[in-house]
This record gives sequence, structure tokens and C-alpha cells, in this order.
Amino acid sequence: MSLLSIADLSTHFRLPNGALRALDGVSLDLQAEETLGIVGESGCGKSTLGKTILRLVQPTSGSIRFAGEDVTTVPTRKLAQFRRRAQMVFQDPFASLNPRHTIRKILTDPLVVHGIGDKPERARRVEDIVQRVGLDAGALDRYPHEFSGGQRQRVGIARALILEPDLVICDEPVSALDLSIQAQTLNLLSRMKADLNLSYIFISHDLSVVRYFTDRVLVMYLGRVVESAPTRALWSAPRHPYTRALMDAVPDPARRRHAAPIKGDLPSPQDVPTGCRFHPRCPLATEICTRVEPTLDRLGDGHSAACHHA
Amino acid sequence: MNGPIVQPRVPAVPLLAVEDLRIGFGAHQPVSGVGFDVREGETLAIVGESGSGKSLTALSIMGLLPSSARIAPGSSIRFEGREISALSVKDARALRGGSIGMIFQEPMTCLNPVMTIGDQVAEALRQHQPLTRKAAKARAVELLDLVRIPDPHRRVADYPHQLSGGMRQRVMIAIAVACGPRLLIADEPTTALDVTIQAQVLDLIDRLRRELSMAVLLITHDLGVVAQWADRVVVMYAGRKVEQGEPDPLFARPLHPYTQGLLTASPRLDDNFHYSDGPLNEIPGSISSVAGQVGCAFAPRCAHACTACRETIPVLHHLTDGRQVACPVLITEEHRVAAFHR
Ligand SMILES: Nc1ncnc2c1ncn2[C@@H]1O[C@H](COP(=O)(O)OP(=O)(O)OP(=O)(O)O)[C@@H](O)[C@H]1O
Ligand SMILES: Nc1ncnc2c1ncn2[C@@H]1O[C@H](COP(=O)(O)OP(=O)(O)OP(=O)(O)O)[C@@H](O)[C@H]1O
Ligand code: SF4
Ligand SMILES: [Mg+2]
Ligand SMILES: [Mg+2]
Repeated sequence: MSLLSIADLSTHFRLPNGALRALDGVSLDLQAEETLGIVGESGCGKSTLGKTILRLVQPTSGSIRFAGEDVTTVPTRKLAQFRRRAQMVFQDPFASLNPRHTIRKILTDPLVVHGIGDKPERARRVEDIVQRVGLDAGALDRYPHEFSGGQRQRVGIARALILEPDLVICDEPVSALDLSIQAQTLNLLSRMKADLNLSYIFISHDLSVVRYFTDRVLVMYLGRVVESAPTRALWSAPRHPYTRALMDAVPDPARRRHAAPIKGDLPSPQDVPTGCRFHPRCPLATEICTRVEPTLDRLGDGHSAACHHA
Repeated sequence: MNGPIVQPRVPAVPLLAVEDLRIGFGAHQPVSGVGFDVREGETLAIVGESGSGKSLTALSIMGLLPSSARIAPGSSIRFEGREISALSVKDARALRGGSIGMIFQEPMTCLNPVMTIGDQVAEALRQHQPLTRKAAKARAVELLDLVRIPDPHRRVADYPHQLSGGMRQRVMIAIAVACGPRLLIADEPTTALDVTIQAQVLDLIDRLRRELSMAVLLITHDLGVVAQWADRVVVMYAGRKVEQGEPDPLFARPLHPYTQGLLTASPRLDDNFHYSDGPLNEIPGSISSVAGQVGCAFAPRCAHACTACRETIPVLHHLTDGRQVACPVLITEEHRVAAFHR
């Protein structure tokens, strides 16, 4: 049984000037102890997917099953149980930490809310986790604004892990960190995964990090999944033209100041192109691409892509 | 790149000169003696450990330090030859957003949540330029288009929470370059962006740099970005500059043990290394072990540390090729001679 199973999930935001299709029919399965990477351009719906899974944003349609239970419409009181087992590390750490609370309170509160441990036990856990994420114990009595961007990100990671959940959705967990702390944090996340049998959904735009850290990857484009494959297979043979463009855009110390290989911009999710959503920017597009939306087809070995010419 | 290589002219007075900058909060001094120049039209990158004082350095140039912070006497920040470390609130405001623009690390903390992005860009314009409301609004749409916000006509009416992380960052860029600054300080400008937009944004910043002959102070932890876009790079550790040089020679032969650790810690895209194969290289220990320590701040984590390292703070050696390094251990004999004859 999958730990998490999502079918045809859509999240549309209603705006005064029309609906914005941030997430538009996404399906995925996540096995226990698996790490699933999500990549795709800014604005393609990665954070919305994460927040919708945790019911921080209400889906428009589709279903979310966690450990065999449908959580799409669970009442608020049961939501607390679900959230103890499924946590999120937010992309913007500052916006997600209460500025009036000390780090100690920020980390102790989830334990109190979920009735975990007595006072000394909570204090022990809090001290243990800050040390594990590489902050010193003196950090506990300070406020979020007294930390650097990277230090705040580690507070966010500590808050997500302190409940020892089954699933952690990490939204750009290491992008604010310098490389040596990135390495420490990724090593920490993988140790925690082994210790707690965790599963991760790992949202990142850093492809080298995704390649190192994930078992499988979903590539999203404008609210949809365009390719899904085991990590190694995706790097050895990317099939969707968008995936290839993404990989080509990685800065390479050997090439100085080259132009971006992918032309144009992500179209507005309020104005989704007909046919294949990628066709206005695609080097392979033909007439059929402008009319017919390709489906996510299996190509064998767990690899699928949504492209008429893949 | 095509065409002949033109040696940039080095003007006598650098655009920005930071000297012996020290910033403290009470007894705690997270920036403790930083100095560097930014020349006209160049891109200077600052890299370094999280918490090493990069953002505080940037904020001090902008006159935007938190009120609890103190710049220590003897610190100097000169912009176009003029001391700006102790400007009045009014003069500082005139400078920032006008001659110096800044892109902040966390866009949400600087955008006003209850104001549309169009109004925020327009307001930035009107603070420094005599524009009508309508003209400012039209210019705001152009600027949003310039930073590649899709559908700018529609998006001007959006509030920050309606934008993705990457779009917020691009709105910040639009505000920062609105008045055509001489210096753009970009604190992790592409941290929230994916690779395709990262390339576009850096390309945009670089284009603006050339077109407006603007200098860029780029704070980043992405060494690929540094290699590709920076003319020179400063490496910081625990509030000090530990190394400086041109990116290619610096990455090819880092001289400071921290820089060396930083380079081996990076998961490289070209090798097929996976978490199931083993952990990434890390520099053992953490920056927090610095507190109360004498000598080199990196010593507790350094494989090369000797007794002298634990007793005195290493001086910055100036080497022949413009390289500077604050570590006595790994400099070769040849370098020492060069440093001596300087
Ligand atoms: N609360 C909201 N109201 C209206 N629109 C929203 C809201 N949240 C997100 N959006 C829009 O939904 C789309 C997807 O946003 P999302 O934050 O999921 O993107 P993302 O893939 O995480 O991008 P990034 O890499 O920049 O973080 C964007 O167009 C964004 O503007
Ligand atoms: N308002 C404040 N009060 C007390 N200490 C502070 C304050 N702001 C920053 N600091 C401390 O100063 C140090 C340097 O912070 P700074 O934000 O400059 O780091 P940084 O190099 O930008 O790191 P990052 O890469 O994580 O963004 C940190 O250790 C931080 O805890
Ligand atoms: S379906 Fe057509 S437009 Fe879409 S990615 Fe494939 S070739 Fe390009
Ligand atoms: Mg996001
Ligand atoms: Mg910073």
C-alpha cells in the first residue's frame, strides 16, 4: 500500500479576473520510505501541491489518501492527527515562523499541541533537534529575526522533524543554505529518514540536489506532471523536451554568461495554452501539439512522459 | 564570448569601498573586520557560511541595519568617495532606491502584504522621480515585463501572497532597478528561482549591469553562479573575509581550508553520486563553535590548524595574482616571497 496516493488533484484559485489553475489534475503515489522529488519552473504549482496535500489549501477536486485513509475532506479535528504524521518545511522560513515567539517556544509548541512527553522530555527533544540541525543551544532563547536566512531555514526543518512524522514535505529546504550546510542538512535529512523510516516529498529547483537526494522525480509544468521517472533513469534519458531544457539550463562553470536555453516564459495559469501546455515554447512542437493535450503515458521501467513526440 | 578581450579600466576611486567593517549586537559581533572594493561596472560575489555576516554587510551599506545593531567606530563604507556609514535617516533614504538598489534574501519580509505589486513598484518610482500616478503605473507594468512576470497587465493588481516564491523575487528586482541604480546589491537573488528563470534573471541583472553601467554586489551560495557571472569573489567565514580572488583560479586552487571544504561539500551534477551510495562530504563541526574563541575562527574545524592558528587571528596575505587569503598555513614559499615584496 502506498503511504500517500493522490488522484487527479486540482487546486484553482478564484480571482476577480478569473480562475487561476495552479494545480490541474495531478496524480502521484508515494511509497513508505521513498523520496519523491518535484521539479519545475517557478510558478508551476510545486508549493501549491505541497500545501494542498497537507490541506493547508483546499483542493478544488480530486482525492488525497494517506496511509489508506481519505484525507481530502476529513473534518478539522481529525486533521490534527494527520498533521502530526505529515509535516511541511516551508519555502519562506521567515513568513512561517511567529516573530514574537522564541525558537524554544516555536519548537515546543507542536509537542504541547500533540500532547507529546512531559516538560523535561520536551526540553530534551528540543535541545536534541536544534543541535542535530546545526544550531547551538544558545539559539533557543532568541527570536526568528535574530537569525540569518540559512539559520531560520534550519529552525523550520527542526520544527517539522520534532514530531517524528511519517511524511515530510520539504519545500526548497536547502536552497537558502551555503554548500557546506547544504551537505550537512541533506545528510541530516537522510539520517532522519533512516532513523524514523520517513518519506519525503522534496521540492527543489536545484537539480544536482534532487539528483543526489531523491529516488523518483516528477517534473511539473504549468500545474501538471509532464514526466515521472526513477531519478537515475531521468538523468540518463530525459524524455520530455521540457525536462531536457531544464537540465540544459543548469549553470555550468565551464560556460560563462551563456543565454538561457529555454525561450519565453511560463504562460499564466489563468490563460493555459490549448493542446500541449508546453507547445508555445517547445522546439519539437508540431500541429497536433497545438490541438491535443498529450496524456502521461508509460514508457516502461516506471518512466512516463506527456508528449506526442517523446 | 566573441570579440577582443578589453581590459576594464580601473578608476582611482572604487564605486564602493568597505574597510574594517564591524557590526555588533551588544557584545556579539557577527561582522568583525570586513573589507573589499566594488569597482564600477563589475560583479563582485560574496560567498560564505550561513551566518557569516553576508546579509548584515549588505544591509549596512544600504543603511538598513536593525536598530539594535551598532557599526563600530573605525569602520568605513565609502560610496563614490563619500562616507555613508553614518548618514542621517533622510540622506540614507535618498541613497537607497536611488543610487543603490537592493534585492533582499526573503522577498516576503520586504513586500507589503496589503498593497498590490503594481502599486509597490510605482511607489518606488515616485519616491525618487517626479512621475504622475498614471505614468508610474505604466512604467511599473514595463518593469514587471522586464523581469518577466508573465501577463504583467493582469499581474499588477495581484497581492504578494498570490505570487509564487520566484515571482515575488522578480518583483523585488523590478523595485530595486526601478531608478537605474549605480550599484545593485543582490542578496541571494536566485535562491527562490528555478534554473531556467535563474539563468534569465542573472542574464537580466547582467544586461542591466552593462546597459546602465551598474556594479553588482552578488551574495550567493551557488558556486556555479559565481563561476559564471562574477569578476571577483570574496569568501567569508564567521564575520571575516578569509579569501578573495578571481573565480577561476580561486576554484581551481582554493588556498583557505574553509574554501577548500566548501568546494568538496558541493554535490556535483556531473557525478552520479546518490544518497544511497553514502553521505556528502561535510566540513565537520559548525560555525556556532566560534563563540568566545581566540585565533582563527575556523581552527576548531580545520585539519591544518597549528598552535599559532589557535592563538592569533591570521592576517590577510596579499598574493601576486590579486589573491588574498587569511591563512598562514597553506601559502607556499613562492607566495610568501611575493607577499613580502609587495
Ligand atoms: N493564495 C493564492 N492566491 C492566488 N494565486 C495563488 C495563490 N498561491 C499561489 N498562487 C498562484 O499559483 C501559481 C503556482 O504557485 P506556487 O507557489 O505553487 O508555485 P511554485 O511552483 O511553488 O513556484 P516557486 O518555484 O516560484 O516557488 C502561481 O501562478 C501563483 O501566483
Ligand atoms: N537582529 C539581530 N540580532 C542579533 N543577531 C543577529 C541579528 N541579525 C543577524 N544576527 C546574527 O548575525 C550573524 C550574521 O547574520 P547574516 O544574516 O549576516 O548571515 P548571512 O551570512 O547572510 O547568512 P545566510 O547565508 O544564512 O543568509 C548570524 O549569526 C545572526 O544570528
Ligand atoms: S507534445 Fe508537442 S509541444 Fe508538447 S512537449 Fe511534446 S513535442 Fe513539445
Ligand atoms: Mg514554491
Ligand atoms: Mg543572508
